[in-house]
Amino acid sequence: MISTVYAITLVGIGLVIAVFYFVIANSKEADPDYPSITKKWYGVRSKWFLFLLVLGITVSVLSTNPFPTPDQKKEYSGGDYQNVTVDSHQWYWIMTPSTVKAGQPVEFQVSSADVNHGFGIYDEKLTLVAQTQAMPGYTNKLIHTFDKPGKYKILCLEYCGLAHHAMISELTVE
Amino acid sequence: MSATEVNGKIEYSDPENRNALIAVKSHLIAGFLVFLLMMIAGFTMRAAQGTWLEIGADLFYQIMTVHGVGVVGAAMITSTGVQWYFLRQYVRLSNGIFWTNFFIFLTGVVLILGSIFVGKYGGAWTFLFPLPAISMGAWSNGAAALFQAGLLIIGVGFLILYLDFGRAILARYGSLARALGLTQLFGKEPVDYKHPAAVVASTMVLIVNFMGIAAGAVVLVMGLINLFYPEFKPDALLMKNLIYFFGHVVINATIYASVIAVYELLPRYTGRPWKTNKPFYAAWFAIVFMVMGVYPHHLMMDFAMPNWALVVGQVLSFGSGIPVMVVTGYGALMIVYRSGIKWTTSAKLLFLSMFGWWAGVIPAILDAMVTVNRAFHNTLWVPGHFHFYLLLGLLPMLIGFAYFLAGEGDSKEQPKATDKLGFYAYLIGAFMTSMVFLASGASSIPRRWAAHMPEWVSFAQVGTVAAALVVLGMLLFIIRALVSLPGASNPR
Ligand code: HEM
Ligand SMILES: [Cu+2]
Ligand SMILES: [Cu+2]
Repeated sequence: MISTVYAITLVGIGLVIAVFYFVIANSKEADPDYPSITKKWYGVRSKWFLFLLVLGITVSVLSTNPFPTPDQKKEYSGGDYQNVTVDSHQWYWIMTPSTVKAGQPVEFQVSSADVNHGFGIYDEKLTLVAQTQAMPGYTNKLIHTFDKPGKYKILCLEYCGLAHHAMISELTVE
Repeated sequence: MSATEVNGKIEYSDPENRNALIAVKSHLIAGFLVFLLMMIAGFTMRAAQGTWLEIGADLFYQIMTVHGVGVVGAAMITSTGVQWYFLRQYVRLSNGIFWTNFFIFLTGVVLILGSIFVGKYGGAWTFLFPLPAISMGAWSNGAAALFQAGLLIIGVGFLILYLDFGRAILARYGSLARALGLTQLFGKEPVDYKHPAAVVASTMVLIVNFMGIAAGAVVLVMGLINLFYPEFKPDALLMKNLIYFFGHVVINATIYASVIAVYELLPRYTGRPWKTNKPFYAAWFAIVFMVMGVYPHHLMMDFAMPNWALVVGQVLSFGSGIPVMVVTGYGALMIVYRSGIKWTTSAKLLFLSMFGWWAGVIPAILDAMVTVNRAFHNTLWVPGHFHFYLLLGLLPMLIGFAYFLAGEGDSKEQPKATDKLGFYAYLIGAFMTSMVFLASGASSIPRRWAAHMPEWVSFAQVGTVAAALVVLGMLLFIIRALVSLPGASNPR
């Protein structure tokens, strides 16, 4: 998903560059008949607006059904889920347990004892695979299924003070 | 009221006009100097992340804090200068209140600098509750209080200024709705193609910033009470909502205030009119709500937020990209196309700003989708998108306006070699800075990390080179502004 989003961004920016370049390249010669230019391009504009509208509605509906983050009212206990409680502190994580199995969904119950932290799970290639905020007074339920065993890293993704960047821990997936 | 009366410009006395021009130039020069210093701060952070410079984490986070608050403050004060310059031509504004806000602003800046560099406050410009109060000994409650008091004072100054905007707009147009063009949009009045864009934009900015700063004042006061009476513990999620509502609105509003320069100056440079019409009013009316409604995109990883709020944040974020892609940016393309425009530095910068805003929307609205946000939230993708539209959108508007005020926009001469060098150094540097941030975000590199993992260092090193180019460009712009602005008479 990350590379798709990145590719869309690069292509999108590239297209905008192309359009601006086209207009700059056609800016020197003056066409005194501005009304007919606007008339033509207002027509294109209506279609462009309609396109963006349809795109926006389609993407919004598809991308929020089902809702991408886990239902917080649901109980994720029982045999189907592995449960890990995560307590965050300035500047360390306490995960119980800190070893889980691949292939079976894990529920992380994430909370904070002091300030806001960000619970970010990184795989061995340092790619972010899942995250949630750790906020004092709240417990966030994050569900993730690991497909590959290995040593995962927990990095802090919310600025929490001077050792924010050193708030790193390890999660073993067997 | 007859049309000429509605569209006629306000007459001021000569001394008033001279004083106003000095005030606008002061806003620009003060803002640019802060921007330059903050870019050097940005360069320093990139060099530290790239291991080319060794600084302690405490200093890094102080620099990060000053950079964040410094650029937001500079963006507010400079864009207000641009906005005020144009708005006062259509409604009668007070020089005294404009200056008052300026000096209140400088007072706030002194407090904030003291809190960071004397008090060692390093809780980021977002002062996310309860971090200012819980620093593990890095800074005192007093330093955190000074920082928040500084922000509060600056906010009060702007509220006073907006009261003057509101008073003047009401005096001329009778209601904010009429100033926004709503009476024309909904057919109660015939469409007046000469209704000033500056008035429409200013009314929008006035409304959203009033709400934003009011929310900011509430959350700052709650934070201050908590610092001195820790038993008073407001809800962390409520505080986060208020802070991001405030923070998003004020930084976002700066670009809507500055875009007035594009509406006013591109017609001048192309000899073509920028007519206000129904789509224009509709876009600006929608922007009022969208700028205030998008902020939940900062809270998508807070699963305690109701899903509907996140959907609203996602949908409005997409929506808020539409006006620039359909009205403002699109209008700029039309007005320049086959216009025979002379590419002065001012014209180049203003046109660049349309590109920066438009292209910067793309990474922004993608990240504002809940499903994408799961993999991008709080990575360097976020600084990537906002540096894109601040460095390539907002600043070119401000600098382009300064070149206009210096008289360059209307002059027959070709841009000087230093202006060209400045422009291209800035353009390439700013584009690279933003793209490297985006690439870093696509590699999951977290934002706000004083020290980067070895795997990430090369990104930061490229970012450092890019930053040096931006600093060079900005330096040349500033030298130009310092040389040409003070003596320049008001362009006719
Ligand atoms: C030479 C130009 C600039 C460079 C090299 C630069 C660099 C940086 C860096 C390294 C960060 C911290 C990134 C991190 O989270 O690790 C940052 C944050 C930020 N920058 Fe810049 N920046 C520049 C100009 C600007 C300008 C002109 C603006 C606004 C108009 C701006 C707005 C911000 C904001 C709002 C933040 C967030 C601060 C925070 O996370 O608390 N920057 N910048
Ligand atoms: Cu943390
Ligand atoms: Cu942290």
